[in-house]
Amino acid sequence: MGFLIGLFWLAAVIVASMALGWLFRTIAIAISPHGVAKEFRTMPLTAGFGLLMILTYVFVAIFAPIIAPFPETEIVGREYQAWDNVHLLGTDNLGRDMLSRLIYGARNTVGIAFVTTALAFILGSVLGLLAAVVGGWLDQFLSRTVDVLMAIPALIFALLLLTIVGTSIINMIIVIAVIDATRVFRLARAVAMNIVVMDYVEAAKLRGEGLWRLITREILPNAMAPLVAEFGLRFCFVFLTISALSFLGLGIQPPTADWGSMVKDNATLISFGDITPLLPAGAIALLTVSVNFVVDWQLHRASGLKE
Amino acid sequence: MSETHKDVLLTMKGLRIEGRSDEQWMEIVKGVDLTLHKGEVLGLIGESGAGKSTIGLAAMGFARDGCRISGGEIMFDGINMRETSETERRNLRGKRIAYVAQSAAASFNPSHKLIDQYSEAPIQHSVMSRSEAQGDAIDLYRRMQLPNPDEIGFRYPHQVSGGQLQRAMTAMAMACRPDLIIFDEPTTALDVTTQIEVLSAIRDIVEQFDTAAIYITHDLAVVAQMADKIKVLLKGEEVEESDTKSMLNNPTQDYTKSLWAVRSFTRPDQPPVEKGTTPVVSVRNVTAGYGSIDVLKGISFDIHARRTMAVVGESGSGNSTTARVITGLLPPRRGEVLFNGEALPPDYRNRSRDQLRQAQMIYQMADTALNPKLKLRDLIGRPAQMYLGLQGKQLEDRIKDLLNLIELEPDQYIDRLPSELSGGQKQRIGIARALAAEPQFIICDEVTSALDQLVAEGILKLLDKLQGEFNLAYMFITHDLATVKAIADEVVVMKEGIVVEKGPKAEMFQPPHDPYTELLLSSVPEMDPDWLSTLLEERARKASGA
Repeated sequence: MGFLIGLFWLAAVIVASMALGWLFRTIAIAISPHGVAKEFRTMPLTAGFGLLMILTYVFVAIFAPIIAPFPETEIVGREYQAWDNVHLLGTDNLGRDMLSRLIYGARNTVGIAFVTTALAFILGSVLGLLAAVVGGWLDQFLSRTVDVLMAIPALIFALLLLTIVGTSIINMIIVIAVIDATRVFRLARAVAMNIVVMDYVEAAKLRGEGLWRLITREILPNAMAPLVAEFGLRFCFVFLTISALSFLGLGIQPPTADWGSMVKDNATLISFGDITPLLPAGAIALLTVSVNFVVDWQLHRASGLKE
Repeated sequence: MSETHKDVLLTMKGLRIEGRSDEQWMEIVKGVDLTLHKGEVLGLIGESGAGKSTIGLAAMGFARDGCRISGGEIMFDGINMRETSETERRNLRGKRIAYVAQSAAASFNPSHKLIDQYSEAPIQHSVMSRSEAQGDAIDLYRRMQLPNPDEIGFRYPHQVSGGQLQRAMTAMAMACRPDLIIFDEPTTALDVTTQIEVLSAIRDIVEQFDTAAIYITHDLAVVAQMADKIKVLLKGEEVEESDTKSMLNNPTQDYTKSLWAVRSFTRPDQPPVEKGTTPVVSVRNVTAGYGSIDVLKGISFDIHARRTMAVVGESGSGNSTTARVITGLLPPRRGEVLFNGEALPPDYRNRSRDQLRQAQMIYQMADTALNPKLKLRDLIGRPAQMYLGLQGKQLEDRIKDLLNLIELEPDQYIDRLPSELSGGQKQRIGIARALAAEPQFIICDEVTSALDQLVAEGILKLLDKLQGEFNLAYMFITHDLATVKAIADEVVVMKEGIVVEKGPKAEMFQPPHDPYTELLLSSVPEMDPDWLSTLLEERARKASGA
């Protein structure tokens, strides 16, 4: 019986998400200008749902101080309070409001993940495109360096570097960005290698175009689709890495709210059958899945795959 | 040929096929009727977009992704291909109906040996065992006149040449002795001399096994050799159909006549160049190559202003490499390239902006030669902005002038992307981009070979007009002698990196020839349906006589 009820709820959640996705898509088509609306029409329901969720996260992150009922770090009650009308999701191990911390956590975790991914992309794709266009010793030097960096397991490497340089948010952003840039480099280089041999790049070279213009006008626009898709995936990985580091105590430092450390701090509650500590984990999972839905849609469009 | 019902192999009645584009269904085949008897070869001709390939595939009850058969009836030997089950259709395909694609190189799986791919269909349809299939393959390879028929099947696709691969593919289609083979432009990608071998092999084998065939092509001279009757298509509709002889001699429709007349454009002879004028481009004793191989072995020729030099040769002859040497992409090992009497730096990176401006290039594949993410405004405007320093209004006017020159309406086209143009229009943009630099010399690398004949004709006329207007010198790289006849003043024939023969066009087309030139000239298909038979007989006689 319990199994059936579980199944029912699962189905209900899926139907509700798809309905949300459909509603969002319909509204998006209606309010956006013609060119963009055409893009939205190709969007499957999963991507509609994903996009809606991402926008919700962004909204929550931006307006966290207004939405959150209590401050981020203030102790406002007893420890481990149960859900009630004042503290909707109860309180944590120090008596801070769980819902407020969850909302502020969106700001910290998502914001830092975004900055890190963006940095990784700027670094990785610029170097990757340069390696492909210039070739020769520069390509050899960059590629071999990247090979060496990639030979070390990412999480262990991050732990090692953070122990050396010390744990601060800036350090963490730089360390994760450098490690992830190696992956972006490989992709950008591989994609650009295929574009560099095209006749239009040859024509641009023969015209006497400089390196910067070659990269920004001829190659980057044509490499954009796979890079955007990779951005989505990379964002998820970075996000998980940050949460993992926070869980291990080397990421975002208390008292700043962060989903990874929130799971760790409240983990004891799980033994009592309380699902509260799993909420931050759920928030991570939902965002990861949503980003992947949107990425799938973009990838599908860019590669011209058919059903 | 009797019209009894029993003889009929394939009929299509009112066939309609729709394709999906921009979220709606567009009709691409608009009610075509077709009857094919056993052992008969039907030629389907038309320009790209006429629906030839789509009809060919429909004969197998198949529609490409994004297409659907929306109306009409397809009966193959009493089986209704539209209503029968997918399993039944799959049973027919490969066994009773086979398909030979345009690019054999792209259609073979590169990681299996030819003979294994040959055996796949017979084994799957349980017609033969593996050893029988292999024995049969060798027999067919021999009949297709492939060299080393006993061994060639055990090679991988990249280890045999394009023409051999195309014949191996035809042999593979024959594996189950089908009743019907669909040939989709099987020789379009081949050189003329190779084309002859493939054509004669296909024709022999179709005759030997009394197989019916649908032969799809845009080349009239080719279809004249192969087909018993010809159907002309235009934009998904039939223009006319009749047997080959009467179709060639008295076509009734205007469209068919215009197709026949295509090869008639010839540019008037130019007066000979005065002695002592400095050539625009002078290639002197150039030897160049990749790695340890010399692709060019000491070639020299001059190109004068307002003249067109055709560099003729089959793939591998080094004519594209010549272009790379002149543009500076491949610095020569020995020899030099002079421009208006001055030596050009061998590497393009060392050339001045003005030297780069003077020599422009138009590419064979407009699809890969135009950045798909830039609008026409930027594609054409960039050279003008870069070399001539035009800005704002001046630049805009210049772009519009250029679009007018290539006969595209500026206001309508200026903000389009290359993907929103047809093949011929794209090639025109390639021309406009070259012109935007105001060069003295343009290299045209096979500019018409990817285009339909009528479109190609338009491009040649345009190039001719522009040459007169801007005093341009052209170097025309081509393997198509019809193009040479149409546009060249002088001809250089190349083979394996050596200039075999050079001189004014009039001399080139008059005997005596170098043997290689002779071979090239005689290999160009003619409209005469008996041309191939006559030619093969003649060659056989010569070979036995010699």
